[in-house]
Amino acid sequence: MADIFICILKRDLRLAFRRWSELATPLIFFVIIASLFPLAASPDEAQLRSTGAAVLWMSALLSSLLALDGLFRADAEDGSMEQLILGPAPLGLVVLAKIVAHWSVSGVPLLVLAPVLALSFYLPLTALPGLVAALALATPTLSVLAAIGAALTVSLRAGGTIIGLLILPLTGPVLIFGTRATELAALGEPLAGPLYLLAALAVLSVSLGPVITAAAVRTALE
Amino acid sequence: MLTVTSLEVWRGESCLLRDLSFELLPGQTALITGPNGSGKTSLLRVLAGLALPFAGRTQWCGTKVHRLAPETRSEIAYLGHRDGLKNELTAEGNLQFTRDFWNGRDEIDRILDELRLKPFRRREVRRLSAGQRRRLALGCLRLKPARLWLLDEPLTNLDDKGVGVMQTWLQHHTGAGGLAAVSTHQPGRLTGSLAIEL
Repeated sequence: MADIFICILKRDLRLAFRRWSELATPLIFFVIIASLFPLAASPDEAQLRSTGAAVLWMSALLSSLLALDGLFRADAEDGSMEQLILGPAPLGLVVLAKIVAHWSVSGVPLLVLAPVLALSFYLPLTALPGLVAALALATPTLSVLAAIGAALTVSLRAGGTIIGLLILPLTGPVLIFGTRATELAALGEPLAGPLYLLAALAVLSVSLGPVITAAAVRTALE
Repeated sequence: MLTVTSLEVWRGESCLLRDLSFELLPGQTALITGPNGSGKTSLLRVLAGLALPFAGRTQWCGTKVHRLAPETRSEIAYLGHRDGLKNELTAEGNLQFTRDFWNGRDEIDRILDELRLKPFRRREVRRLSAGQRRRLALGCLRLKPARLWLLDEPLTNLDDKGVGVMQTWLQHHTGAGGLAAVSTHQPGRLTGSLAIEL
């Protein structure tokens, strides 16, 4: 089992790096949205500090949606998804490996970029560990949600935009607890509460999400 | 062994085949022939468990194919029109992934040699010709430790030598107790013990 998980993980990472431009687009998108926002609002320090958490989280959310459209599409189009469905491993495990691979090339860079951008919103340095922790717990949930959306829309031609309509309403809890944790961190208050809730959401989505995604992929390709 | 009982397959609004029953035993090859659109691909997808039949049963050694446990499912190998090769990986990379994922035979060198793909082993699949691609897809099939081969027009794009390799492999496969169901437009180029005409 572990062999197959690692085998898929390695394959997807290798493929991701061969298509690095697809990889970079959502990240650049994230940076651009987050840095355009202060131009639209006033560059006043107090105001930026109060909206910074919300802007960072919204841009992270949108960029992670942008990243996930290709998760199953390429494999479905060249027939390798059929081969994975027929393979000797439970499809849920294969899907989990694909989500993990995608998270490590789309979620992890976000963890690195977010603190840098946070500084441009005058978030105090002491708030950065809290922000990174909250993002580290939230991005797996976002990846799983977007994977479910990607699987449901894999057979549709204009899947990319529909994923947003399907998934964005479901990201509410992540957004609420994520921004709350960031705000608390910025105020220097204890933020364990929202972090625990984010962790609970991550456990829920990582344990149930792959099974749902696998069922959706199987149905979409039937 | 593969048992098909009063199978009925629909695609969209049209009924492609009705009341099809046959039994495929170890060492046998079924040749599926029929005009374009007669349901050869749909039938093979049902046999592989990728699609559900409208009515009837498809069983592999007594279990319905779409209910097979993952370990047993790998006894069935399916090769469709979309060959499942990754454009971004090299020829060898695709074979290696197939071997690792399916826990298949360690015969990559021999297979590349038989397919005359050795000079192209480090070439990305996107730079291979259609015929070379098809050969590589057949190479991936050969690596899988499968007992039942479900092949959808495997001879497409192959030159005479490629067809020769496929014929030899098919004989070798069934000779060793394997089973095969092959759809084809060139029934003369393959030999089968069972003919299914749609």
